[in-house]
Amino acid sequence: MATSYASDPAPVRWGLRIVTLGYVFLLVAWPTALVFKNALANGFGAMFETFSDPEIAHAISLTLTITVWAVAINLVFGLTISILLVRYDFPGKRALSAMLDVPLAVSPVVVGLALVLVYNGRDGWFGPSLEEAGFQIIFSTPGMIMATVFVALPLMIREVVPVLEEIGDDQEQAARSLGANAVQAFRRITLPGIKWAVVYGVVLSLARSLGEFGAVKIVSGNISGQSQTATLSVEETYQNFQQQASYSIAALLAFAAMACLVVVAILRPKEQQE
Amino acid sequence: MSINVSGVTKKFGDFVALDDISVDLPTGQLTALLGPSGGGKSTLLRIIAGLESADDGTVTIEGNEATHLPPQKRNVGFVFQHYAAFKHMSVAKNVAFGLEIRKRPKDEVKRRVDELLELVHLSQFAHRLPSQLSGGQRQRMALARALAVEPSVLLLDEPFGALDAKVRKELRDWLRRLHDEVHVTTVFVTHDQEEALEVADEIVVINDGRIEQIGSPDQLYDEPASDFVMSFLGPVTTLENKLIRPHDIEVSTHSRIAGAIGGTVSRVVRVGFEVRLTVSVDRPGHPEVAVTVTRAHSRNLRIEEGTKVWLTPTHGAPVVPAMESSLSETSAEIAV
Amino acid sequence: MGSALGLGITMIWFSLLVLIPLVAVLIAAADLGLAGFWDVVSSPQTAAALRLTVVQALGVTLLNVVMGTALAWVLVRDHFWGKRLLDVVIDVPFALPTIVAGLVLLSLYGPNSPLGVNVANTRTAVFLALAFVTLPFVVRTVQPVLETLEHDTEEAAASLGASRFTTFRRVILPSLTPAIAAGAALSFARGISEYGSLVLLSGNLPGRTEVASVRVLTYIENGSKEAAAAVAAILLLVALLVIVALDVLQRRLARRGD
Repeated sequence: MATSYASDPAPVRWGLRIVTLGYVFLLVAWPTALVFKNALANGFGAMFETFSDPEIAHAISLTLTITVWAVAINLVFGLTISILLVRYDFPGKRALSAMLDVPLAVSPVVVGLALVLVYNGRDGWFGPSLEEAGFQIIFSTPGMIMATVFVALPLMIREVVPVLEEIGDDQEQAARSLGANAVQAFRRITLPGIKWAVVYGVVLSLARSLGEFGAVKIVSGNISGQSQTATLSVEETYQNFQQQASYSIAALLAFAAMACLVVVAILRPKEQQE
Repeated sequence: MSINVSGVTKKFGDFVALDDISVDLPTGQLTALLGPSGGGKSTLLRIIAGLESADDGTVTIEGNEATHLPPQKRNVGFVFQHYAAFKHMSVAKNVAFGLEIRKRPKDEVKRRVDELLELVHLSQFAHRLPSQLSGGQRQRMALARALAVEPSVLLLDEPFGALDAKVRKELRDWLRRLHDEVHVTTVFVTHDQEEALEVADEIVVINDGRIEQIGSPDQLYDEPASDFVMSFLGPVTTLENKLIRPHDIEVSTHSRIAGAIGGTVSRVVRVGFEVRLTVSVDRPGHPEVAVTVTRAHSRNLRIEEGTKVWLTPTHGAPVVPAMESSLSETSAEIAV
Repeated sequence: MGSALGLGITMIWFSLLVLIPLVAVLIAAADLGLAGFWDVVSSPQTAAALRLTVVQALGVTLLNVVMGTALAWVLVRDHFWGKRLLDVVIDVPFALPTIVAGLVLLSLYGPNSPLGVNVANTRTAVFLALAFVTLPFVVRTVQPVLETLEHDTEEAAASLGASRFTTFRRVILPSLTPAIAAGAALSFARGISEYGSLVLLSGNLPGRTEVASVRVLTYIENGSKEAAAAVAAILLLVALLVIVALDVLQRRLARRGD
């Protein structure tokens, strides 16, 4: 219901539109579209051939493994932390809440270095003892999973906490007074209330986990065919002048990331309708 | 004439907010736009201010054609229900805003701000932030801010709606006294008939996008033009298909007067010095009648539940023919 | 109590994953001693990298303050076909893997650019990559504030005679400042941390286009973990500062409102 005095005069409106749309087009839209164009320059066939290359196929499957583990771990611990933060009081709560945002602000190379310092088999804090017990972390999949869990950690929590705060614990208290125990109250009352937030959290951590590069590079040793993820193989293939392969994997990853965005964009209006 | 509204119509989609409204608001007068929520009074006020534009019709302010003028150019002061305080500016800066926009010299601005803050009794809060003030204080600040630029017209949109009852009463008196001092043409919107009756020189009753009646408070109360105006401005009850005020019905315990209607008292409620009776009359299909008498009168007549009484309208009391639809609503209705 | 057990397990997990490793970085840096730390940080290549990182991140943040506010304005106040599409595209830099972002920018601004623009291996490339990855930050902090801004203060300003521009400058913008500051803080933190998108695009030329995060990796690959930790500690401390600043900002926001 904007009256004529309240909306900007036409030249301002058009000026803003052209500048902002132009900026986003030149910075994001066109370049992203070009990646797909370059990947498909030699047709779908060439692109899928890339994926059947054994080293690249391994990279993709490694990425999938790590992503599934990372999302699952962040789902469990993310939900637990969210509930602890909103429904309980304990000393150091504010500090913990602030610390949970660290993975968003810290550089992935710092994450990689941090994990290496603690868990590497030669002179890490815990690494040698763990390796003696048979657990290799650095230069192995568990380390890569840890790095991915680290960087995606806040995403689930930041989706779930506001919703938990908003819906309040009246319903849960009512359920308890009717005899439900903690697990039942959680399953039947809390979970349905936060289900959309959980879905967004899963989708966002999925996109983030698929895309992790710097931390995983440091922690993995980056050995092609063994400990290389899809993102790492994009780098390697490009540096080996295998442009087709590089663009193909990049397009695949971009497609997955944007599918996540589209899923969230479609789901949010549906959530409002409920 | 200070404000002329002629043939104004405003629709929001299919909803007709104002239907061919014409009204003249005299210079220097304090006018109330009174009516139920959603009736169109706020829309009319905003069209006068230029915050909405009418689909049809014209608005003239102080003789100048203002229909297509933006609010910046109309020189009207507007006070909002929720204060619209500039949260990040101090009280003094809020009040000074209009003057600073007009690039008045600094000492003039300071003088005027001090003057106004004194007028509204907020001098000691000059450097506080609005968030540090109570609701009533914020509204006084909003008034000072609107008056600072010496508007030709002052418009207030349910100015006391967000305040609690006691503060509302205080500010009501205060607004009346302010107007007596400052004499700016003032129009305010309210749905509270007591407020309109207490404060305004003239009341425009608006319902469903149309003007029901324009007149002084006494005129509206004693000579209502329609059943809507009568029931909106005060308590009503129905006696023989006519709307009448419960305190305009005479009660007798003898059937001496010809045409008196007989009935039985079914309920007695004593509220302060009033005694409110509900009477079931001996007419089939006639709704129960609400009658209000003084405590002393009720004591003299020894009225209690079950007493047989005869009702007559007081000579000269305002009555309005009741509409079919209002029969069921207004029976035994006592508006607070 | 079940919750105490849950809290305990969670704290142990969080410590093992996040707290202890980050502390290890700080301790490794401290192990160098003040002199050793200064040696690393002031060595020409590292100093250049740090300088470049901070300057570029600041520049990009300034750009984002302007463009981000403009974008939020267009998204909230304007209505046109394709607006929802714009909304989704703005989130692409959030979701896209950083290495892919580098490739994405290379396609349009690299050797095979259809535009004929080639900024690969230049400082412009660094700026470009940082602009890409930090695009969403200011927009997304300002947007919700703009959406819930009440119109009556703007109407009050108009009724007092203020032009549209004056209303924006004196009434709307001040209420957006905390949100803009929060977005700027996030944008800066992200800018100094960025790695993946720069790897292919900037060429990592020492003294010219090499950023701090690349120095860290080089130190690690050369086996100097302490030197890496020194640079990493700087990045980490800045990140922590940003988080504290954001926390303080949020409190001020809460106090100022109604």
